[in-house]
Amino acid sequence: MIELLRILGVALILLGLFFMIASSLGLIRLPDIYTRAHASGKCDALGQALMLFGFVLYADFGPETVKLVLIIVMLYILTPTATHAIVRAAYIHGKKPWKRGEERE
Amino acid sequence: MTGIFMISGVVLIFTTFLCLYRVVVGPGASNRLLAVNVIGTKTIVLLVIIGFIYERPVFLDIALAYAMINFIATLAMAKYYEQGCIC
Repeated sequence: MIELLRILGVALILLGLFFMIASSLGLIRLPDIYTRAHASGKCDALGQALMLFGFVLYADFGPETVKLVLIIVMLYILTPTATHAIVRAAYIHGKKPWKRGEERE
Repeated sequence: MTGIFMISGVVLIFTTFLCLYRVVVGPGASNRLLAVNVIGTKTIVLLVIIGFIYERPVFLDIALAYAMINFIATLAMAKYYEQGCIC
């Protein structure tokens, strides 16, 4: 049972790592600030939640579990708030959304 | 299992360097802020990985504190970018 949980935890960590890599590639490749915000949300919400939940399953039950769940819940609420504030500031400063055929920023 | 953690940590550092490209190049302050926010999140996960590799639970407390500091810093910078002052 413990071994099964550990294997599941490592699988979740690798899945979260895939989302981290995908969000970094999106941050480089996508054309403007709004689509890049979409890519960064993949890392902020999904990538860290999957990786840290993998560590929750990997570790034995104890104080570490509580701290990891606290980190997951805090990041899940806080980082999309920060992303929203950044994108709102960019919108107020008059950034236009990218349309097909235009040049990339 | 420590080898898998080590490899995932190295891959995470590599993706952090990919984000650093956007910080250096990216046009305007908003792209740079977005990339800095992502780098902060990856740093938190990296701290947890380091704590599990060396089996020191203290790193989880550091990660918890760093999450709060990262949020406050990003929010303050976004507000400064939006309004021109922190008020």
